[in-house]
Amino acid sequence: MRIFLSLVVLAVIAVGIGKTLMEIPFGEDTTNVGGYYIQSGRDDTGAANIVTSVVVGYRAFDTLGEVTVLFVAAVGLGAVLAVGSASGRRRDVEPASLVLYTGCRFLFPLILLFGAYIFIHGHLTPGGGFQGGAIVASAFLLVYLGCRGRRIRHGWSKATESLGGLVFVGLGLLGLTAAGHFFLSNYLPKGTVNHLFSAGIIPIIYVAIGFKVGAELAGVIDDLVEESE
Amino acid sequence: MIILVSLLVLLMLCAAIAALVFRDLLAAVIASCVVSLLASILFYFLHAPDVAMAEASIGAALVTAIFVIALGRTRRYEE
Repeated sequence: MRIFLSLVVLAVIAVGIGKTLMEIPFGEDTTNVGGYYIQSGRDDTGAANIVTSVVVGYRAFDTLGEVTVLFVAAVGLGAVLAVGSASGRRRDVEPASLVLYTGCRFLFPLILLFGAYIFIHGHLTPGGGFQGGAIVASAFLLVYLGCRGRRIRHGWSKATESLGGLVFVGLGLLGLTAAGHFFLSNYLPKGTVNHLFSAGIIPIIYVAIGFKVGAELAGVIDDLVEESE
Repeated sequence: MIILVSLLVLLMLCAAIAALVFRDLLAAVIASCVVSLLASILFYFLHAPDVAMAEASIGAALVTAIFVIALGRTRRYEE
């Protein structure tokens, strides 16, 4: 009986998905907005990377929502793990070998530099604040795995995170004061396309997002590693 | 191009099935990491370098690390 019921449910879902997929014209451009972004994204926002011109230019408000979701998730994880570990005991962990320790310490600044490059050049080359922030967090992960016992200071990561969010919202609110602009509109001079200092507020916002995401993900890893020791 | 993409998709399918079949959960986590890594290579060949970067750094590195840390707290072998 149960097998029969699950088969019926499976058939209904399969028919539903099949019908829906038949209706979608794959490979055709059904909306005009994508074509418009590709055509005039470069002139409108001054960013050479069209993905960035959409993410931080046209859809900056969505990105603010995304950053907020990430923040709430990180805070929620920290709260859940803090409830579980009331004891606060610390076992002595076996130290890593010298080769591993030195290798991790050598690689750490290089990975940080690469992450910073990714989010500073978000408006010119592929990548941006989220990708760069994730790479920065993976540098901290390497330190946690290789140089055991080393920790980031919680105060610093929280302060960086808050500062990133404040810069993002503050820049957006500053746009409201300028005449004829809206929340998160690009009111700074756009400069020459393909230059580092171009595209108005986009690089500043991406640097803020990079610091924020990096601090948040490093905090998540810190919470998990601390819990597991 | 089409051969390369189909090869990558086939390898991804193999790794995904392996992740389901393995009884050793650490091996299953590594197999799902391979799925993410191949997906990021696929994104790169489909001219989406932004997504490829996000997939490689989050899907292959951070998620795998979180799973491995979680495995350290629980059992390694599936019953």
